[in-house]
Amino acid sequence: MIELSTPLSEAAVRGLKVGDEAAITGMLYTGRDAVHKYLHEGGKLPDGVNLSGGVLYHCGPVVIKDAAGNWKCVAAGPTTSIREEPYQWQIIRDFGLRGVIGKGGMGDQTLGACREYGCVYLHAVGGAAQVLAECIQRVPTVHFMEQFGAPEAIWEFEVVRFPAIVTMDAHGNSLHKEVFAASQAELAKYV
Amino acid sequence: MKPSPEIYDALEVVARDLYIKALQDIPPDVRAGLSRGLEAEKQQGNQTASGIMLTILDNIRVADEQKTLVCQDTGLPVFKVAVGGKLDMDLWRLKDSLRKGCARATAERPLRPNTVHPLTRKHTGTNTGEGIPVVKLDFVPDSDRIELQMAPKGSGSENMSFLKMLNPSEGIQGIKRFVVQCIFESGARPCPPMIVGIGLGGTSDIAMGLAKEASTFRHLGTHNPDPDVAKLEDELLDLINQTGIGPQGLGGVTTAMAVNIEWAHTHISQNPVAVNIQCWRGERAEAELDAYGNVSWK
Repeated sequence: MIELSTPLSEAAVRGLKVGDEAAITGMLYTGRDAVHKYLHEGGKLPDGVNLSGGVLYHCGPVVIKDAAGNWKCVAAGPTTSIREEPYQWQIIRDFGLRGVIGKGGMGDQTLGACREYGCVYLHAVGGAAQVLAECIQRVPTVHFMEQFGAPEAIWEFEVVRFPAIVTMDAHGNSLHKEVFAASQAELAKYV
Repeated sequence: MKPSPEIYDALEVVARDLYIKALQDIPPDVRAGLSRGLEAEKQQGNQTASGIMLTILDNIRVADEQKTLVCQDTGLPVFKVAVGGKLDMDLWRLKDSLRKGCARATAERPLRPNTVHPLTRKHTGTNTGEGIPVVKLDFVPDSDRIELQMAPKGSGSENMSFLKMLNPSEGIQGIKRFVVQCIFESGARPCPPMIVGIGLGGTSDIAMGLAKEASTFRHLGTHNPDPDVAKLEDELLDLINQTGIGPQGLGGVTTAMAVNIEWAHTHISQNPVAVNIQCWRGERAEAELDAYGNVSWK
C-alpha cells in the first residue's frame, strides 16, 4: 500500500504505476456531471476551492447533518467516470489536478492529459459506499448545493487512508485498456 | 373478494420499508454468489480481484452492522406486484400507495434524490415522478394475496441496457454473439461481478421488460424452467466469465455471478434480444400482503 497525502506533488504522482494500491490522506473534492460541464464551459471555482495538486472524486454522496449541525457523510461510493471523458482533460490542464478517483476508468483524452500534465486516475471499488465513507473524518463544507443539488455539488471531504487502485498512470498506461484488449482477444475466439 | 380498506395504507408502509430494506440488506442468494466469487478469485491467485471481492463483502458487513445503505445510489424504484385474481381492488390506489411509500422512504430515511425531468434535469426531490416508481403489475390465479418485489435500480448498471432485433436466421449463435458484445461494451461500468438479465422474444418493449425482470427479480442459483433456455443460461455464464473482465473490470474470472433469461413467444420474422444488467449489490426486497393488510416479509 502506497501512502499519499494531498496536495500531491508531480514527483509523487509520476512515481505511481498501474496496479499500485494507494491510501490517500488529506482533502478530496467531489465533482460529477454538472461540475465538469460547468468548469468546461469556463465556470469559476468557488472561493476556497483550490484544485492545484488536488484530487477530484467522481461521487454523489449521501450527506446528512448530525445533531450538532455538522455535515456527516453516510455513503460515498464512486460513480461511473467515463461520463466526464469530454471534460476531464481540460480540468486536469486548467486546474492542476494530480488525481482523479472514480470507477470504470476513462478514455484516451484523459490518459493523454495524465501523461502530459502529471496526473493519475484511481479506481475506487464501485458500490463500496460504507467502506469508503468510513475514511471520511470530516466534511468541512459544500459548494454549489443550490445550483446543482446535493449529489452534484462540490463536497469537501477530509479523508484518512482512502483506498483506491491506480488504474491509469502518468506514463500512458491504463489497466482498463489492458483488460479490454485481453478480453477482446478472448471474444475473437468465440464469436 | 374486497380487501379491507386498510390495505392501501399498509401498501404505502410496505413500499417504504421495501425500498429501505433493499438498499440496506443484500439478499442471501447474492451474498452467497459474492462469496463464491471470492473463492474463485483466490483459487486463481488473482490478488487484485480477491482484494476487490473482500472490500465488497466488508462493505456489506459494515452496512449490516450500522444498518445503513450499501451504496449511495438509491436508484429508481421498480416494483413487481403480483395481485391475486380473487382480490377486487382499486389498482390505481395500489399504484398510488407505492408512489407515496417511495416518497416517504426518501423523506424519512432520508435517501439521495435521483429522479429528474429528462430534458430540464430538474429534481422532483422525492424519487417519484412521471412514470416513477416503475410498477409492473401481474395477476395470480386463485389467490387473495399481493406479492411484492422491489428493486432500487442503480444507474451504473441500468445505463448498460441493450436491445437488438436480430435476424431469426442468426439463431442461438447470433444471440450469444450479441450478449457477449454487450458485456464487452459494459466493461467495468455496471460494477461487476454483475447479474446479466436477458429478455428473449416478444416485441421490443416486452424483451426489454423481461431482461429487467431477469436481472433484478430472479434469484441467483435458479434456472429458467425451459430446459433449452436453462442450457443457454449456463453456456452464456461460462462464456462471459471467460472474457477475463473480472470484478470491477480490473481482471479476473468472476465477471458475472449469474445469467438469467426470461422469454416470450415472438413473431416468425422477429428475434428480439434485450440485455439489462444488475450490479454486484443485486439489491432486492420482497414481502407479501394478505387481504387484511397483514405483511409477511420474505
